[in-house]
Amino acid sequence: MCLTCGCGSDEVLIRGRKSLNKPKAPVNFRLHRVEANVAEDTQRIVKLEQDILHKNDRHAQANREMFEQLGILALNLVSSPGSGKTTLLVRTLQALQGRYPLAVIEGDQQTEQDADRIRTTGVPAVQINTGKGCHLDAQMVERALPEMPLPEGGILFIENVGNLVCPAGFDLGEFAKVVVLSVTEGEDKPLKYPDMFRAADLMLLNKCDLLPYLRFDVELAESYARRVNPDIRIIRLSAVSGDGIDAWLSWLEAQQPAGKQTQL
Amino acid sequence: MHEMSLAQNVREIIEQASLDQGFRHVKTVWLEIGRLSCVEQEAMRFCFGAAMQGGVAEGARLEIIDTPGRGLCRKCGHEAEIENVYDACPQCGNYGMQLVAGDAMRVKELEVE
Ligand SMILES: Nc1nc2c(ncn2[C@@H]2O[C@H](COP(=O)(O)OP(=O)(O)OP(=O)(O)O)[C@@H](O)[C@H]2O)c(=O)[nH]1
Ligand SMILES: [Mg+2]
Ligand SMILES: [Zn+2]
Ligand SMILES: [Zn+2]
Ligand SMILES: [Zn+2]
Repeated sequence: MCLTCGCGSDEVLIRGRKSLNKPKAPVNFRLHRVEANVAEDTQRIVKLEQDILHKNDRHAQANREMFEQLGILALNLVSSPGSGKTTLLVRTLQALQGRYPLAVIEGDQQTEQDADRIRTTGVPAVQINTGKGCHLDAQMVERALPEMPLPEGGILFIENVGNLVCPAGFDLGEFAKVVVLSVTEGEDKPLKYPDMFRAADLMLLNKCDLLPYLRFDVELAESYARRVNPDIRIIRLSAVSGDGIDAWLSWLEAQQPAGKQTQL
Repeated sequence: MHEMSLAQNVREIIEQASLDQGFRHVKTVWLEIGRLSCVEQEAMRFCFGAAMQGGVAEGARLEIIDTPGRGLCRKCGHEAEIENVYDACPQCGNYGMQLVAGDAMRVKELEVE
């Protein structure tokens, strides 16, 4: 059960280093409940005006405050499945290790494979398995945080479930969303999935090493991304060859987490 | 499909309201779903009935208030209805309209007894 509002989740599995299978927290809905004072059974209209994502946003705010207090730069990596998020993360961690405290949260519907790939670098990783869920939400992140040493004054990478649709709508409390688009996916993705490209501060155009073998118009893809989001920064790179990685590392180092002890 | 988890959120909001405001049955639920929000109306209708089962809004009628998207041009300041977030400004042709309405997802009101 969560501390922010007493809600509980039963389907999500969080696998940290300490606990592989945590017992499910009991859901206790009585926590906040005051005995209703039952009015007369007359028909009436009740005005609510409540945002459907209100609960998520409250948890996201709690996460954000914690990140700010600890001076953690939290980034939410989003993309379609297989664009190269984990490959890029492994390479990034290898480059940054020893310079900053680092940690990773991995989101996938099933398996612990991505967290294991991260752990081979020596950086702590927690795997969240969303089961049928198609995105991470703020509450899952909140539950994952106690499962690892927090990278105070460093960077927390959150790799979202591969899905270009709904992770756009769920704030996790991150400093920025980074969208990864690989050149094998087609130039039109920013127009077809505009919400994601609008929500991101940075677009990483990955797998550029494959450009000689493909018909992919880089300029066109980038112009589509800018049409959706004129402020988006774009970096072309290859997580495999390493080209462009320096520009991405520079971007990371230029970010200022809005916290007290900004070490970056 | 995230509409199911969103429908679940709608249920929680309604159940909480039934305790706060003392009603036991909901006849109608008005949801505002902006055309540029991340919710597909049909998918929400599909999930709504299932999500409300066993609660105070079981069998309730769902009314969706469908609000059009509105954008504000960053270049010329013109405000207009837009169909997509990447539409060009109808006045000056510039891309990148700032969304000012049409992305809300709200439980507006309930008819209860
Ligand atoms: N040629 C080439 N292949 C790449 C590059 N980056 C990743 N790949 C390959 O793309 C495939 C998918 O990479 P992952 O890193 O698992 O992608 P992901 O986005 O983490 O995938 P999900 O977590 O399943 O969504 C793997 O076979 C990688 O080797 C790249 O820059 N160039
Ligand atoms: Mg991955
Ligand atoms: Zn909660
Ligand atoms: Zn989803
Ligand atoms: Zn204009």
